[in-house]
Amino acid sequence: MNHEEHAVIERFERGWLIFGVGMIVVFVVLIAYTMANFGGSIPVGTERVDATKVRTEGQFANPRLEQVGNEYVAYVQAFAFGYSPSEMRVKRGRKVTFYVTSPDVQHGFMIERTNINVQVIPGEVARVSHTFKEAGEYTIICNEYCGLGHAGMISKIVVEE
Amino acid sequence: MAVRTLPRLDAYAGNPEKKLTLYMLMLGFAALLLGTLFGPLQSFNYGGLDLYPYLKPLIQSYYQGLSLHGVLNAIVFTQLMAQALLVYFPARELGYRPNMTLAWVSWWMAFVGLAIAAIPLLLNAASVLYTFYAPLKAHWAFYVGAAIFVLSSWVSVYIVLQMWLRFRRENPGKITPLVTYMSLIHWLMWFLASLGLVVEVAVFLIPWSFGWIEGVDPLLMRTLFWYTGHPIVYFWLLPAYVVAYTILPKQAGGRLISDPLARLAFLMFLLFSIPVGFHHQFADPGIAPGWKFVHTVLTMMVAVPSLMTAFTLAASLENAGRARGGKGILGWIRALPWNNPSVLALLLGLLAFIPGGAGGIVNASFTLNQAVHNTTWIPGHFHLQVATLVTMAFMGTAFWLVPHLTGKPLVKPGLAWASMWLWFIGMFIMTFALHWMGFLWGIPRRAHIAESPAAMAAYQDSLPWMVMNIISGIILFVAAIFFFYVIFATALQAKRDFSEHQEIPFTEAVSKPEGNALALMTDRVWFWFGVAAVLILVAYGPVLLQMFTNLNPVPGMRLW
Ligand code: HEM
Ligand SMILES: [Cu+2]
Ligand SMILES: [Cu+2]
Repeated sequence: MNHEEHAVIERFERGWLIFGVGMIVVFVVLIAYTMANFGGSIPVGTERVDATKVRTEGQFANPRLEQVGNEYVAYVQAFAFGYSPSEMRVKRGRKVTFYVTSPDVQHGFMIERTNINVQVIPGEVARVSHTFKEAGEYTIICNEYCGLGHAGMISKIVVEE
Repeated sequence: MAVRTLPRLDAYAGNPEKKLTLYMLMLGFAALLLGTLFGPLQSFNYGGLDLYPYLKPLIQSYYQGLSLHGVLNAIVFTQLMAQALLVYFPARELGYRPNMTLAWVSWWMAFVGLAIAAIPLLLNAASVLYTFYAPLKAHWAFYVGAAIFVLSSWVSVYIVLQMWLRFRRENPGKITPLVTYMSLIHWLMWFLASLGLVVEVAVFLIPWSFGWIEGVDPLLMRTLFWYTGHPIVYFWLLPAYVVAYTILPKQAGGRLISDPLARLAFLMFLLFSIPVGFHHQFADPGIAPGWKFVHTVLTMMVAVPSLMTAFTLAASLENAGRARGGKGILGWIRALPWNNPSVLALLLGLLAFIPGGAGGIVNASFTLNQAVHNTTWIPGHFHLQVATLVTMAFMGTAFWLVPHLTGKPLVKPGLAWASMWLWFIGMFIMTFALHWMGFLWGIPRRAHIAESPAAMAAYQDSLPWMVMNIISGIILFVAAIFFFYVIFATALQAKRDFSEHQEIPFTEAVSKPEGNALALMTDRVWFWFGVAAVLILVAYGPVLLQMFTNLNPVPGMRLW
C-alpha cells in the first residue's frame, strides 16, 4: 500500500468518525428532548417502604383505582403471581397515574401498546402516568422473572369511551 | 512389587502453557455444550411448543433450564475463553511462559467453582437465572461457586500483568506489542468491572444465603450487578476483537490498517465500558432520571470504539481481498477466503454485529428503551452480539487453535464450515423473530409462555414470528451438533503430529506504533487506569454512597 492510498483511507476514516459522532450527538439531543417532554412514562421512585408490610400497612394495603377530579390514581400491588386490583377500568383521554410496588420479589409492570414499563422492586414505590388515547383492552404483563407462575402473570386495563 | 512404568510421552513437555490453554478451552466448550442444549427448547417455547414436560425427571422447569443456559453460556463459557486466549496470545507474542503454577491455580479455581455452583443448578436449588436478582434466593453453594469461579479470573489478570511488567523491565522505552497491549487493557478493564459483582456476592449474597443477615436491598443488588453486567459484555467482546484485529486480517491474506487506532479503540473501552450500567436500570424506580441520563451519554460514547473497529476491520479486510486479486467496489468481498471455516466464522459474526450494534443504540436510548425493556427484543439483541459474533469468533478460533495446541488436525473441515453457516442463519432468523415479537407485541422475555394458556391467548397475534422461532431452534440444534462433533472429535482423536508446528498467525500492521504519538499516549497504562477509576467514581460514587447508607433490606424467597 502506498502513501496516497493511505491518505485516502485516513480521510475516509475521519469522515466516518465525524458522521458517527454526529449521529450520537443527534441521538443524545433527541433523548434529552423526549425526557423533557414525555417524562410521565419514565418510572420515578416516590418513596421507600418496608416490603414485608406492604400487604398490611399504608396505601398499598388497599390496592385501588381512584378517580381524583378529572384524573385517576391507582395503587397497584404486583405480587407472585398477579396484580391487585386485578382489573382496572378507566375512561379514554384521562390521565392515569400508577403507583406500583411489590410485597415479595421483583416483577414487571408493562402495559402493551404504551410506554409504561416499570421494574417493580420490593421496597421501592414507582410512579408512572399515561393518558390512554384509544378505547379498548390493554394487557398488563409481568416481564421480570418472578418464579414458576411468571408467564401467566397477566392482567388488563379496560379503557372505555 | 515390580512396577513397570511405560515410557509415557508428554506431548506438552516443551510447552506446558499449550496444555493449560487446551484445558481452559475444552472446559469452556463443555460448558457451552450443556448450556446450548437448552437454547432450542427456549426457541420452541417462544414458538408455543412446550417440550419441558418430557424433561421432568432431569430438569424441573423452564426456568431451571434458562438458569443453566444463561450461567453456562454467558458467564462460564465466555470467561474461560478469555482466560484461554488472552493469556496464551500475549505469552506467544512476547515469547514468555506465563507463571504456570498460577495458571493452573486459575484453572482449578474455575473448575472447582463451576462444580460447586453446578450442584444447586442441576438440583433446581438455584433457578434464579444468571442475574440472580434478590430477593429470589438460591442455595448458598450457587453464590460460593460463582464467587470462586469469578475470582479465578483475577489470577489471569495477575498473570498477564506479570508478563507485561517483565516486558517493561526488559525493554525499557519500547512500546508494548499490540496483542499484549489489548490483552492487558482487557484484563485491567475486567478487574475494575468485576468489583461490583464481587462485592454483591461476597459482602451480601453469601452471608444472606447462610442466614447470617436477614435481608438484602434488592435495588442495591441490581445496581452492583449491572455495574459489572454491562462491562461484562465488553469482557466477552474484546477477546473476539483481539482475534478480529490481530489474526483475522492475516488469515484473510491482508494486513491490519492501523495499529495505533486499534490501541485507541481498546483504550476507549477501558474508559467507557463501566460508568454506564444504569442503562440496564432505566425502568428502575429509586435512581434519579438525571443519573440515568449521564449514563446514557457515556453509553453512547462506547459506540465510538466500535465504530472505529468497524472501519479498521472493513479496511483491513478490503486490503486482504485486494491482495487476493479482488477488483472493483465489492469484488474484494468475493475474493476473501470464505471457504476457510475460521475466517468464515468471523466474517459472518461481524456481519451480525451490524444490526446488533444498531439495536444496542436503541436499547441505550433511555426513552426508547421503555418500549423494549424486558421484552424478547433484549435476548434478540444480545444473541446477535454474544451468541453470534462472540461465540462464532471463539468457535472459529478453536478450528485452528485446537490443532495448533494439540498437533491434531481438524476433523471434517467441511462440517465445521457448514456448522458456521447454519449457526449464522439460525441466529439470524431467531433474533429477527425475537426482536419483532418484543417490539410489536411486548412479549416478555424469560417467560414459559408455551405452558400458560393465558399467555398464549394474549400473544396469539404473533403466530408467524412464533413459527420462525421453531424453525431457528431446529437449525441451531443441527448447527450445534455439527460444531461440537467437530471440536470434540478433533481434540479426542489419537492422531498427533507436531512435525509441522504452526506459529500463531499474528497480523502485521500497515501503520506501525513506533514513534507514533497516539500509540505512545495510549501506552501510559497506569495513567489511563486512573482516569477510568475516576470516571467510575464520578458516575457511580454519589448514587452508590446514598444506597449504601440507606439500606432497605428484604428477606429472601424461593418461588420456583
Ligand atoms: C443453540 C443456540 C441458542 C439458542 C437457540 C438460544 C436461544 C435462546 C432463547 C430463545 C432465549 C430467551 C429465553 C427467555 O428469555 O425466556 C435465550 C436466552 C439467553 N441466551 Fe441463548 N440461545 C443459544 C445460544 C446462546 C449462546 C451461545 C449464548 C452465550 C454465549 C446465549 C446466551 C443467552 C443468555 C445470556 C440468555 C438470557 C437468559 C436470561 O434471560 O436469564 N445463548 N437463548
Ligand atoms: Cu413475573
Ligand atoms: Cu449494557
